[in-house]
Amino acid sequence: MSDVNEDRRQFLTRGPALAAGIAIAPGMLLIDLAHGAEARPAGEPASSKVRWGMLIDTTKCESGCDDCVTACRKENDWPVPKSATDVQWIRKVELKQESTGRQVNLPMMCQHCESPPCVDVCPTAASFKRADGIVLVDKHRCIGCRYCMMACPYKARSFVHEPVIDHESEMPRGQGTVESCTFCVNRVDRGEQPACVEACAKEGHKALLFGDLNDPNSEIYQRIRSVTSVHLRADLGLNPGISFVGV
Amino acid sequence: MQQAKTFAQIESRYFYLLVMLGGLVALAGMSAAYYMDEHGHVVTGMNNQIVWGMPHVFAIFMIIAASGVLNVASIGSVFGKYVYKARGPLAGLLSIALLAGGLTVLMLDLGRPDRIIVAATHYNPTSVFAWNVLLYSGLFATVALYLWTMMEKRMNPWSKPAGLLVFVWRIVLTTGTGLIFAFLVARQAYASAVLPPMFIVLSFGWGLAVFLVVQSAMFSWNELELHPDIQKRLKNLLGTFIVAALYFVIAYHLTNLYFARETKFEHFILLDGGVYPWLFWVGYVLVGTALPMLLLYHPALGKGKSVLAASMLVIVGAFALLYVLIIGGQAFPLDIFPGYEVISSSFGDGQIGHYTPSLPEILLGSGGLGVAFLITTVGVRALNFLPHDDPKKVQHD
Repeated sequence: MSDVNEDRRQFLTRGPALAAGIAIAPGMLLIDLAHGAEARPAGEPASSKVRWGMLIDTTKCESGCDDCVTACRKENDWPVPKSATDVQWIRKVELKQESTGRQVNLPMMCQHCESPPCVDVCPTAASFKRADGIVLVDKHRCIGCRYCMMACPYKARSFVHEPVIDHESEMPRGQGTVESCTFCVNRVDRGEQPACVEACAKEGHKALLFGDLNDPNSEIYQRIRSVTSVHLRADLGLNPGISFVGV
Repeated sequence: MQQAKTFAQIESRYFYLLVMLGGLVALAGMSAAYYMDEHGHVVTGMNNQIVWGMPHVFAIFMIIAASGVLNVASIGSVFGKYVYKARGPLAGLLSIALLAGGLTVLMLDLGRPDRIIVAATHYNPTSVFAWNVLLYSGLFATVALYLWTMMEKRMNPWSKPAGLLVFVWRIVLTTGTGLIFAFLVARQAYASAVLPPMFIVLSFGWGLAVFLVVQSAMFSWNELELHPDIQKRLKNLLGTFIVAALYFVIAYHLTNLYFARETKFEHFILLDGGVYPWLFWVGYVLVGTALPMLLLYHPALGKGKSVLAASMLVIVGAFALLYVLIIGGQAFPLDIFPGYEVISSSFGDGQIGHYTPSLPEILLGSGGLGVAFLITTVGVRALNFLPHDDPKKVQHD
């Protein structure tokens, strides 16, 4: 009798914990997947074991929706573009396939190449690639020669043609230097998603998937292996970190 | 009654007038650079598609000509021709002046010219721009050394090896300038291995044209006549360079035309691209090539003033060709999405880029010419750069 009571007691104490575990675990897993990886501790350098990348599913990218662009602009505090001299870290592009007439929508930004021409040509090494594959501009070292803009095959970079006033963002910006998408490196280092990815998911489109291309457990790793995706201008052999579905 | 003064007596007044003129042009250029720095490049015609504009046309012309003008010196020192040997010092001075002018423009056009020192403290060995920083500084040093060996009697025996060093250095330098464009893999106008040799041959013609204009001005300043044999020889050299340059320009366009993926670009740049085909055919082919050839080789022409006019037209053609190559090359959109037509984009994807040269850019570019002019004017006054020709040696050369 006492044995049964013991079992019952154990069940009563451990059961709820197990049930709670079963209930919470998928949620935790989802959070983990959504975040891609854990936050990088301060002071620790970016790891070359990680390669941040993005899979853009153009079939889910809504025509006329530019939530990703707005989110990027708010996050990094760049103004609404009005002319050809204004910066654009990310833009929406509508395409029509010449042979079939099929229409495609996609967001266009820095492709974070494995062999970035912008990094090769920069005379002061202000353009650089982090160990985890994110291509950035050192805003304190850029002299504003714009050779990287000439070299980029994706027109991903912008030159700051005017003084930057009242800038409110973690991302430094300055007149006379070149800038482009940073994959929201500050957010990624905190274990968060880039602003564009978050905005697209919030709208329910989920056209953008961000994560570690080297981690077999990451959703992006698995998706890239299960769907047909392409790199833009793959003929150049730059191995961009961004792949597209439906192009 | 007061006697009319000869030119020799009032020459120094003219000298100061010229210095003031050059100084004013240079000052206007510096002011334009300051204005651009204060307000940002938004006050120029450049934008996020046409990222290099008029300052680069001026700067690249001066840098290419700075290398090519040394040809005159090389023919003298390296190949031992007397007529050219006498012209070596002037060629060296012009090279330094043009390079200084070109680099001034490039430097002041930077988004952050105040950070120019970073180019020396942080060096990226994979960047052809960074290689050029070394090549340009090296050219100043080697040409200065070369001038010393030519102008200091004790050093004369060293002028041949120094000339050889300069010869090799400038060929590498112009290759480097060509590579700035040839390395741009994704740009239809540029990714071509023919660009470096084309730049070298263009440099021969443009450098010689600048040399002939300056020499002509110096001879008339000193009330001297150029020996007809020298005139003929320099004229033929210029003619050869004009034809050789045309050959390379044709080869560049033909190779592009042959590749199906480049035909749209060639159509744009040679036929329906508005100002670009016009500048190519009228500016480069007609004014910069055909007319100079006519002026040089028409039986009734080919003398002093015709050669001077031909040289000036070659320079006009050079600006036209560089405008087409640099600005036209960027105006044509990148082919980011092969097989697709761009329906809409906020960033001008698939669209021809628009560019209107602005006054600050033109002033900055001209300011570089002003700097080169100042260095030349002061140089020829302070030191003996005037070519001295011994008629007997000219005939035996």
